[in-house]
Amino acid sequence: MKYLDEYRDAATARKYAEAITRETTRPWTIMEVCGGQTHAIVRFGIDTLLPSRITLLHGPGCPVCVTPLEVLDQAVAIASRPGVIFCSFGDMLRVPGSQSDLFQVKSSGGDVRIVYSPLDALRIARENPDQEVVFLAVGFETTAPANAMAVDRAKADGITNFSVLVSHVLVPPAMEAILGSRTNRVQGFLAAGHVCTVMGYTEYEPLARKYHVPIVVTGFEPLDILQGVYLCVRQLEAGRAEVENQYARSVAREGNRPAQELIRRVFTVVPRKWRGIGEIPESGLGLAPPYAAFDAARRFQVADHHAEENPECISGLVLQGIKKPQECPAFGTKCTPMHPLGATMVSAEGACAAYYKYRRHELAGGSPAGEATGGTTP
Amino acid sequence: MIDEFALQCPIPLTDNPTIQMGHGGGGRMTRDLIEKIFLPVFGNDLLAPLHDGAILPPLAGRLAFTTDSFVVRPMFFRGGDVGSLAVNGTVNDLAMCGARPLYLSAGFVLEEGLPIKDLWRVVRTMGAAAVAAEVRIVTGDTKVVDKGHGDGIFINTAGVGVIETPLTIGPRSVRPGDVILLNGDIGRHGIAVMAEREGLQFESDIVSDCAPLSAPVRALLDGRIEVHCLRDLTRGGLTAALVEIGESAGLPIRVEEESVPVQDEVRGACEILGLEPFSVANEGRFVAFVPGSQAEAAGRLLGPEAAVIGTVGSAGASPPMVEVRTALGTTRLLDLPSGEQLPRIC
Repeated sequence: MKYLDEYRDAATARKYAEAITRETTRPWTIMEVCGGQTHAIVRFGIDTLLPSRITLLHGPGCPVCVTPLEVLDQAVAIASRPGVIFCSFGDMLRVPGSQSDLFQVKSSGGDVRIVYSPLDALRIARENPDQEVVFLAVGFETTAPANAMAVDRAKADGITNFSVLVSHVLVPPAMEAILGSRTNRVQGFLAAGHVCTVMGYTEYEPLARKYHVPIVVTGFEPLDILQGVYLCVRQLEAGRAEVENQYARSVAREGNRPAQELIRRVFTVVPRKWRGIGEIPESGLGLAPPYAAFDAARRFQVADHHAEENPECISGLVLQGIKKPQECPAFGTKCTPMHPLGATMVSAEGACAAYYKYRRHELAGGSPAGEATGGTTP
Repeated sequence: MIDEFALQCPIPLTDNPTIQMGHGGGGRMTRDLIEKIFLPVFGNDLLAPLHDGAILPPLAGRLAFTTDSFVVRPMFFRGGDVGSLAVNGTVNDLAMCGARPLYLSAGFVLEEGLPIKDLWRVVRTMGAAAVAAEVRIVTGDTKVVDKGHGDGIFINTAGVGVIETPLTIGPRSVRPGDVILLNGDIGRHGIAVMAEREGLQFESDIVSDCAPLSAPVRALLDGRIEVHCLRDLTRGGLTAALVEIGESAGLPIRVEEESVPVQDEVRGACEILGLEPFSVANEGRFVAFVPGSQAEAAGRLLGPEAAVIGTVGSAGASPPMVEVRTALGTTRLLDLPSGEQLPRIC
């Protein structure tokens, strides 16, 4: 496949791995921000190609994982109502709320539908004027433009039976929260290529300066990630802390301006609670006042719902890079993809699910490859 | 097709162009359906008496017996429909036991309001599939459920086949050193069906791989290959087949990712949908576990599209899991998919 196969070439991957090994003189801890990168790293075993002195930590960039329990409970409450068609990306259906999940709502008779685009939900609203159609608008800056467009179009076309349950999150405040934490171990970042495709990377430049941390905007294929690590290690070894763009085939410094303009028109920056991490100031997007009528939480009066996390789940520590999935006592025993205690075990991009899916053999001590997962325990 | 249908289905049925509750009532309308739709297509001497059951001649050898239900949505897709699945699915399950499939039953659950032309189309595909697989549909049943209580057509088929080989074919016969052969490229059926699903429609030329597997299995057995295990790669795809066989056999399996044929279009669709080709359903693909010394001969018998994709390791050396060696030379684990494959969100 053009544009994929050339980024999965084994010989080039080896060359990059060797180059990284040559550059590395000290241990370094690098965090890949995006869950898509985590998935690729574990699926392709990219970390096992790296020298053991490089530790990759998996960041908070899985939208499914960081959507707070309250929002899932709100989704379940809304989807359970008669007269509601509840639309969501597929990943969100199996994420456990405090009592139930959307699959259970569906099996109990709720009209829950998987869509691939918020515009599909808008179409469903047009086709079902007697029903309330609600879209679960989650994700980072990547999904925000399409969600903004759906709301903007609903407003322009006077579609009043459409609303969105919004739990958008923003990457830079989460990175700053990690860097500002006393327990931070991260020395360099691979920033999320798709988020930067939308937003550009100017907002990362102050972060790199303030915390003296290299940030490499990185893609999602094996060679992208290896090249991102290479650029990051070179900066670390040289004592540099700059924003570099590995993913130039998709990312421009200024990003996609029309998409940003749409986000700014429809959304406003709000404090947002991150599942497993807690509230981070100015880290989310909510509907801007002119679009408040499309807020499902308000329309269905579920806004002041509160919920407690399962105390056994350490997903917050995993999402901040403080612990690895296998350090959780419940990993693979009480907590599995079929019976997840927390969202990191549900999403394909969740670190726990990725480890469960691809790495259990090493964790069971069955393979000598364990060494290569490189400094997983502090 | 409508013209052909009109030819064979005169006035009583064309008066009612859709299935009504009465078609399942056991009376004249049911009789009409049998005589005008089912018999002309399935007709054979064992079915002809229309008795409560078919009386089969004595068979020499052990018998394989299986059943499967078919509820695919949408019922028509590129390369097949629920009818071809209903025949090939059961034929293939029998073939995987090392049996020569002989007789099928066909139980239809029809939803009130189903266009009779759709039923006719499905029944005709079933008839053609049965001819292709050299099986006869010898008994059947039809029920009708109220509108909204079914999804067009559900079909159950059960099948009987005779095992003419002395081999015991199954996961417990798998041995360390066995080689795993795959009879062709994977993932086309699942993607072809998904491409037609409501809310997902994407343009593709991907055609389902739905096909009977009795002939390739017979080729292996007639070619004196000591087949240890066969498994068709339906729901859960190659992943589920290998994981389940590895677990039952208590042996580790190693697969070379690059040796598994996947069409470029299928790989592209999987990338976009966030799916793994290894876990996508097939309806005409199977793996055969054979002794390493016979791998080449077995490959020749399966034809140019077949590939050796992996080997079976020794007990105790590592846990009985399925490891994939990736194109990058790294390894990862194959694990059973949890529930329905979910599209990724970003």
